Formats: sequence, structure tokens, C-alpha cells
Amino acid sequence: MSDFSSYDKFKKEAEDGGYYINDDTEFVQSLLDSINVNIDRYGYASCPCRLASGEREKDLDIICPCDYRDPDLVDKGACFCALYVTEDVLKGKQQLTSIPDRRVREKAKKDAENESSSENKSSTEILGKLKVPIWRCKVCGYLCGREKPPLNCPICKASQDRFEQIL
Amino acid sequence: MELQHIDGEDKGNVLLFALSTCQWCRKTRALLEELNVKYDYVYVDLTSGEEREEVVKELEKWNKDISFPTIVINNDNVIIGFEEENIKKVLG
Repeated sequence: MSDFSSYDKFKKEAEDGGYYINDDTEFVQSLLDSINVNIDRYGYASCPCRLASGEREKDLDIICPCDYRDPDLVDKGACFCALYVTEDVLKGKQQLTSIPDRRVREKAKKDAENESSSENKSSTEILGKLKVPIWRCKVCGYLCGREKPPLNCPICKASQDRFEQIL
Repeated sequence: MELQHIDGEDKGNVLLFALSTCQWCRKTRALLEELNVKYDYVYVDLTSGEEREEVVKELEKWNKDISFPTIVINNDNVIIGFEEENIKKVLG
């Protein structure tokens, strides 16, 4: 899990991983405070800008850093909360704007894909040739081939339940 | 659903769907108060059970993404997100 306990620790960890955080320190501190409220409330770091169900399994995609951070950084220059931003935003080359939440649409897309891929046998055919399954970290995209995903992602520290088997 | 009422100038029926933890919702509330708008709000994260279902269903009618903040004005006009200029234009 990311370290939300202090601004300095959070910033360092983000930067060590190649990410940038919003330079409005007061805003970031308020977000971290809210994440800590959610940790106390739900037992996990649910996104403070999204509605949590209270069930970890249903909210896995919105545990900070969420599954949508990276696509939003690429498309909009910031994550939905504007906690994480791009270097271009920090340098003033790109303006921060209000971002539509892609969660509901992405989930619908994923459900539709899962339905069609269950009819498609190609991945299981490939799997037959692999010695071990391939796991993907849904937060940062890290891939590994092993029987079970690691307890924590070695790249972004996301927990084991944030991995999906892709092959 | 139980609404919290904030007094101000009557600029129509203004309803804000918000989260108590959301910084953009906080900014939206601050702006509405700066503009002295009379409005009602609900912190959806603080609801549970049937009330939660009712609030989410109502919000979904206006905003399919069920995202926050969402402002509904006169049961007609919707502003999704902290759209500062838009909020000022419509309610300023």
C-alpha cells in the first residue's frame, strides 16, 4: 500500500516511482487526510473523490492509486482527484481541467470484454503452452509469470488482489 | 433522502450531490457560498442502506457516471464536476 501518513513520505514514494503529485501542498494534504478518513472508515484507501461501497472487493479498482490513474494522466494530465499530475501540468504546459469519471464506463466496457473473451478460447490455448500464468498489476501494468501474483507489486506496491491473470 | 440546507439568495432549486471526503466537492461548496446561493446538499458517502440506494438512483438520473460533485438546478440543468466558470455563469 502507498504511504498516506505524511505529505513528505507520499511525495517521495510517488517520485521514486516516476510519478508527480500536485504542487498545491494544502490541497494534497487535504486529499491525504480524506484518504486516511476512508482507511479508518472502510479499512482500505478508497478514492476520496469517488463513492465507496464499503466492500473492498467491489472497490478494488478505486483503491488509491486507482486503476484509472494512469489512463487519466495520459489523457487529462491528472488523476480524477488531481492528486497525481503530469510533469507538463507541474511546468504549466498543460492546464488542469475538471475530469469526467471514467469508472462506470470502463467497468461496463470490461464486463462486455469479459463476456466476449469467455467465448474466445485463444487465451486458454496460449495458456496451455505457458509454464506459468501471466499476471498483470492493474495499477501500474507490471507483468510477471508465476503461479500466484506477488503479495505486493514490486513496482507500485499495490496489493496482491489488484492483479489480474491475463494469460 | 435527508438534505442539508444552506441559506442564501434564491436562485432556484439548487441540489448538490457531494462526498464529505472530496476536495472538488469542498471547492464547489465554497464557491456556492461565495456566490451566496441558497442550496441543499447531500453527502452521499455518509448515507447507507435504503437511503444510499435512493440517493444514487436519483443522482444516476442526472449523471450516468455517478460522479461528484454534481449540481442539479431546477430539476433541469446539470453541472458535473467543479466547473468553476460554468457554475458562476449559471448561479453567479
